[in-house]
Amino acid sequence: MWAATAFGKGNLSEHSERDRFEQTVLPHLDAAYNLARWLTRDDQDAEDVVQEACLRAFRFLGGFRGGDSRAWLLTIVRHTCYTWLQKNREHELVSFDEELDGIESVANPEEVLLDSVDQQSLRKALEELPVEFREVIILRELEGLSYKEIGVVAGLSLGTVMSRLARARKRLQQSLARLAVKEA
Amino acid sequence: MNCQETQNLIHAYLDGELDLVKSLEIEQHLQGCQACSQTHKNHQALRVAIREGAPYFKSPARLRKRIQASVNQTSQARTMPRAMSWRWVGVMASLALIVILTWNLARGLSAPSTSDLLAQQVVASHVRSLMPNHLVDVVSSDEHTVKPWFDGKLDFSPPVQDLASAGFPLVGGRLDYVDNRPVAALVYQHSPHFINVFIWPSPGSPNTNVVAGMRQGYYLAHWTSAGMTFWAVTDLNQSEFQQFVRLAQSQVTPPPSP
Repeated sequence: MWAATAFGKGNLSEHSERDRFEQTVLPHLDAAYNLARWLTRDDQDAEDVVQEACLRAFRFLGGFRGGDSRAWLLTIVRHTCYTWLQKNREHELVSFDEELDGIESVANPEEVLLDSVDQQSLRKALEELPVEFREVIILRELEGLSYKEIGVVAGLSLGTVMSRLARARKRLQQSLARLAVKEA
Repeated sequence: MNCQETQNLIHAYLDGELDLVKSLEIEQHLQGCQACSQTHKNHQALRVAIREGAPYFKSPARLRKRIQASVNQTSQARTMPRAMSWRWVGVMASLALIVILTWNLARGLSAPSTSDLLAQQVVASHVRSLMPNHLVDVVSSDEHTVKPWFDGKLDFSPPVQDLASAGFPLVGGRLDYVDNRPVAALVYQHSPHFINVFIWPSPGSPNTNVVAGMRQGYYLAHWTSAGMTFWAVTDLNQSEFQQFVRLAQSQVTPPPSP
C-alpha cells in the first residue's frame, strides 16, 4: 500500500500539482485575462490581477474537485478583480439599487435599432457600464457562459443573472443611442 | 403569452435559456406583436454588435511566462518545509525511541534519523550506479540468473523478480554497500529511467507500509516485508514509481520456513 505519509504526499505531489495547474488553469488564461481586462480596463492592472488570481488558483487547486475549470478560474479572477478594485478604485464599485433600476415593462422608445454600431462607441459604452453590468455582458456575450455558469462565477441566482443582463443591455442601448446622437 | 410576460422572458429567450414550450409561445407572440418584435430585434442587433465588435483581450505571452515562473517559485517554497519532514520523521522517531528506551532499556534499537541517513546513502548509491559501467555486476533479465549470482557474495538471498510483464524489466543485479553492510541492489528499467531497489535483511522487524519521499529530485520509497528491508529509488515520475512500488511490494513472497 502506498502510505499517504505527511512527507510522502507533499513531496511526491509537487510535480503533479504543477502539471495539474498547467492542465486546469493555463488553458483558460485568455478567458481570465479578457475578464480582468474588461473589469480593470487597463492592460497592466489586468496582468497583475490575473497573475495573482492564478497563484490563488494554484494554492486552491487541491480544493478543486474537477468539473468546470473555466468557471472555477473565472470565479477566482472575478473575486481578485473586485478585491483589487476595492483597494485601488473604490469609487467604481458604487452599488446600485436592484429594485429601482427595474426592467421596463414594454418596449422602450429610446431604443434605437443598432444596424451599425462603430466599434469605438461600442467599446466606450461597454467600458462606461457599471462593473456589475459589464461583467455579465462580458461573461455572456464574449465568453459565452450560460446563466448557470454566470451565476457560479458572479455568485448570483439565475433570476438575478437574467434581470441584470436585461438591465445591462438596456443601459448599453441607451448609451449607444446617446453616443449616436452626439456624433450626428 | 402577453407583452408583459414576453418582455420578462425575452432575454432568457434570446440567450437560449428557455425550454421549448416557452420558446414557442414567445415566438408566437413575436409574430403578432410589433412592439415586442422590435425589442427582440434590437437586442439581437446589440448582441451581434458586441460579439463582432467588442474586443476579446487575449492574454499576452509574457503573462503566461510570469505565471509559470511564480508558480514554480511558490511550489519550491512550499516544498522546502516538506523536505524538512524527512528530518521531522527523524525527530518523531527519536522521540518515540526515547520513550521506548526509557521503558525497555534491554531492547537495542537503531539510532534516530536512521531513515534520513539511509535516504542519503540510497540516493548516493543510485547516482553512483548511473555513472558509466556502474549500473550492474550481473546483466540479466532472468530472476533465476540474478538471484543465484548473489550466493556466496551476501549472507542472505534477496527476493528477485522480473517485472517485465508490467513494464519494468529487470536489468540485473549489483553488490552495494548501504547502512554499513553489503546489500543486494536490483536494477529495473522503465523507458530511459532506472530504478534501484536495495535489499537487506532486517530480522525480527515487522512488515511496514510503504513510506515515500523525495530527495534531490529522486523519488524514494522504503518498506519492510518478510524480514527484509527494501529501499527503492528512481528519477521516474511519481505515478509510475508508485505503480512499480506497488508491484514490487505485492510480489514479495515470504521466505520458505526453515
